[in-house]
Amino acid sequence: MHKQHVVIRFCGDSGDGMQLTGTMFSSLSAILGNEISTLPDFPAEIRAPQGTLGGVSGFQVQLGAGIHTPGDKADVLVAMNAAALKVGALGSKFNVPDALWNEADSQFKRDAVILIDTDSLTAKDLEKALYKTENPFTELGLPESVQIIPVALTQMTKESLKDMGLDNKTVLKSRNMFALGLVCWLFSRPIDQAVSFLESKFQKKPQLIAPNVKVLTDGFNYGHNLALNIQTMTIQKSDSLPSGQYTSIAGNKATAWGLIAAAEKCGKRLFLGSYPITPATDIMHELAARKDMGVMVVQAEDEIAGVCTAIGAAFAGDLAATSTSGPGLSLKGEAIGLAVMAELPLVVIDVQRGGPSTGLPTKTEQTDLMQALYGRNGECPAVVVAASTPANCFDFAYQASKIALENMTPVVLLTDTYLANGTGLWQIPQLSQLPAIQPQGAPEEFRGNYNPALRDARGVRYWAYPGMEGYEHRNIGLERDANRGIISTNPENHEQMVRTRQAKIDQVANQIPLLQVQGNTESDTLLVGWGSTEGHLLAAAKELHCAIAHFNYINPLPKNTAEVLRQYKRVVVCELNNGQFAAYLRSKIENISLLQYNEITAQPFSVDRIVNFVNHV
Amino acid sequence: MDASQFKSNQPVKFCPGCGDHAICMALQKAMAQVGVPTHQTVVISGIGCSSRMPHYLNTYGFNTIHGRGGAIATGVKTSHPELNVWQMTGDGDCLAIGGNHFIHEIRRNVNLNICLFNNRIYGLTKGQYSPTSPKGFVSKSSPFGTVERPFIPAELVLGARGTFFARTLDVDMPTTVDCMIQAAQHQGASVIECLVNCVIFNHGTHNWIADRDTRADRSIVLRHGEKMIFGKDNDKGLALDYSQGLIPQLIVVSADDERVLTHDATTPDPTLHRMLAMMGQDEVKGESLEAKGEELPIALGVIRRVEAESYDEAVNQQIEEVRAKSKATTFDQLTQTLEQWEIK
Repeated sequence: MHKQHVVIRFCGDSGDGMQLTGTMFSSLSAILGNEISTLPDFPAEIRAPQGTLGGVSGFQVQLGAGIHTPGDKADVLVAMNAAALKVGALGSKFNVPDALWNEADSQFKRDAVILIDTDSLTAKDLEKALYKTENPFTELGLPESVQIIPVALTQMTKESLKDMGLDNKTVLKSRNMFALGLVCWLFSRPIDQAVSFLESKFQKKPQLIAPNVKVLTDGFNYGHNLALNIQTMTIQKSDSLPSGQYTSIAGNKATAWGLIAAAEKCGKRLFLGSYPITPATDIMHELAARKDMGVMVVQAEDEIAGVCTAIGAAFAGDLAATSTSGPGLSLKGEAIGLAVMAELPLVVIDVQRGGPSTGLPTKTEQTDLMQALYGRNGECPAVVVAASTPANCFDFAYQASKIALENMTPVVLLTDTYLANGTGLWQIPQLSQLPAIQPQGAPEEFRGNYNPALRDARGVRYWAYPGMEGYEHRNIGLERDANRGIISTNPENHEQMVRTRQAKIDQVANQIPLLQVQGNTESDTLLVGWGSTEGHLLAAAKELHCAIAHFNYINPLPKNTAEVLRQYKRVVVCELNNGQFAAYLRSKIENISLLQYNEITAQPFSVDRIVNFVNHV
Repeated sequence: MDASQFKSNQPVKFCPGCGDHAICMALQKAMAQVGVPTHQTVVISGIGCSSRMPHYLNTYGFNTIHGRGGAIATGVKTSHPELNVWQMTGDGDCLAIGGNHFIHEIRRNVNLNICLFNNRIYGLTKGQYSPTSPKGFVSKSSPFGTVERPFIPAELVLGARGTFFARTLDVDMPTTVDCMIQAAQHQGASVIECLVNCVIFNHGTHNWIADRDTRADRSIVLRHGEKMIFGKDNDKGLALDYSQGLIPQLIVVSADDERVLTHDATTPDPTLHRMLAMMGQDEVKGESLEAKGEELPIALGVIRRVEAESYDEAVNQQIEEVRAKSKATTFDQLTQTLEQWEIK
């Protein structure tokens, strides 16, 4: 059976290695020429009690050609235990008593293939997953069209490893490799590729290579020898990707690397001040490991110190950044205001998560937009940009750095859990191909008569920092005199400075690309989105045969925004919040009439639901 | 270098009679004697009267936001250890809103020179009690007297594993300048508690030691390697009394008593430094010295100065070591280390 694209969901206990299995399978598929888009979906608990519904960890990947998202629902579900099966069948209704499978809530399709470990369906397992009967499939009301592949995964893995002299715990942990072998068979993946992948994966733990390869191969052969009435599948290779070197990359890593590239491009040192917070911490992990690139990371005592150490480094002449999530952005607000007032370059990365307050730390949401735009005291404009795929987190981290350094302003880069943990294909760039970055240094002519209010024709002040002889000055968070740079409480001067700072942000519009419309531009319907929803909106627009305009630059907006939006009869702004971008657009474009589609489930969009909404509105 | 080189062209706007005037002049003198050029000297401050200081110094300066000077100074010094970085802060800025940054810059031992102006009051917000106001202190926000237990800065610094602590009086210029110079030369977080008088809201708070008539008897200037002798006639000395149970007590003895201690600021064990720094602090705790019959003087000068690796140095050294060992040190080399494949 040949498929254009296929969605696979790996589900098990959070200790079952589902993230690793999913990541490996995705990378294998990418190497074989598929486009990939992945969605890890794990519980906030590090290890919930084994076999319980709360501990189910999932990893979904869509493979094929012309794909934009990890897919709404799975074609294939790999369920490592009874709890995973239940969560897969009932979705968010998994804890509703007597709930039955239904298409809307289920995480897999009506005709899905389910691969399940039958050794994990004992009476005890079923009890832990709150089943009431001994037959989980009947109890869940699975439709007959679902095909079940029952596999005694635990037994087979034990059998496979019996002569290896491994302890029971290690043996049980290898179940995921047996499952991966089976999936490789199901999708006609050549096993040797997976083997060499394992070999490089366990380079530093060579004792693990042989057992893992053995289990993987046995799983693959088991599938081969199964006399089951299941057709193996092949998946369409991508034909739309430009030729080049590729890897698969997660959004947080891409973000970190974008900063590294920007720093090297302009010859500045990269400084990150940060404090651990889900889901942003991987950015700090990645940069802390990149001392080979000369990156300096200070794990600060709190969120405020994270941004403040970065402001200190910016004052001293570095490319400075801080990474956080929504609650941390709240804490950093006052200091970001200082960077606005002191007109220092600063990159603030907000990996958005479900809020408010602690909210849903491991889930995704677009609810920090207003906070990024306005969450500071006073008239306090900053540039706001948003990445829209895991891979372009690299581009927008790079762009955020460029805009900050060239315009002496904080830039807030918005990503979210979905982008941060999700992976996609990334065409590896060379530094020489990336746009030049020219920090706004203070010219020689101001040596000896420099002050921090001096600016160029664009209204961007000049940057002098300690170590530069003859440019000594005092910078301030207090209002400064427009000409002399010293403290001023003069009323006219304050108004002038508020307008100057605003104009400086507004002129950034001259440096960013115009808004592009994709899809069917002849349609009278335009889908509008921003940030991480681009893939879902592209997929929805394709099904709806309508147009789509997606925003990466939020403040300032592309110059042609009003013009583009006015060309369409129906403009539907789709967001994972209660309408923040729609409200922002209304405030920026006079008398614009916008429809809204909002989901606030702390999950990525469902393409089906968007299509359904637009068709019925 | 000359102190005038460190004077900015800004008129000094501290209240007439404020202790900060003296500290400002002491700073200019100390910076000149330390000899780091103005363009390599950085003064970071938060908010408060003390935090106005950068405006009056012809160096790189940054008057930031309330409480955060410590974190910002940490960023400056860590990223650029070649700079001589000072932090100006007060008892509110440093010990209340900025308390967390303060203990952590000390714990990390960031090579900063921190001038903590202690006037035991919030001046810029016009007269509220501070974390160092004595218990019972009446202010606009404590009209019936505070019920809070105050911080004693020395105790906090030592508790955070501080490597340098000095205490000075605004009216004692020579000791102040000396402490500042030693602080600048110390490799690590150096805290100088400057006892300053707020002429408007807390006038005379330090008079019990600052008064010309009583200062010599109520304070002792500790000097490394010198005997602990004080008093108007240099007739008194400090000694340890082991007769009062398990824990020895500091006592005042005659200057010629052979038990008089010699000050060693460099002993890693902080026990004696703490005892010295805590002398005379009962007054702060709200207990009258007279009532207690207290005769121990308050300690001024450099009480503690021990060597330890500074954070900024360690961070930069680790980066250099990793870089020296790494094959990939540029972005293009880094991307080569990725697992990758070609799409044609």
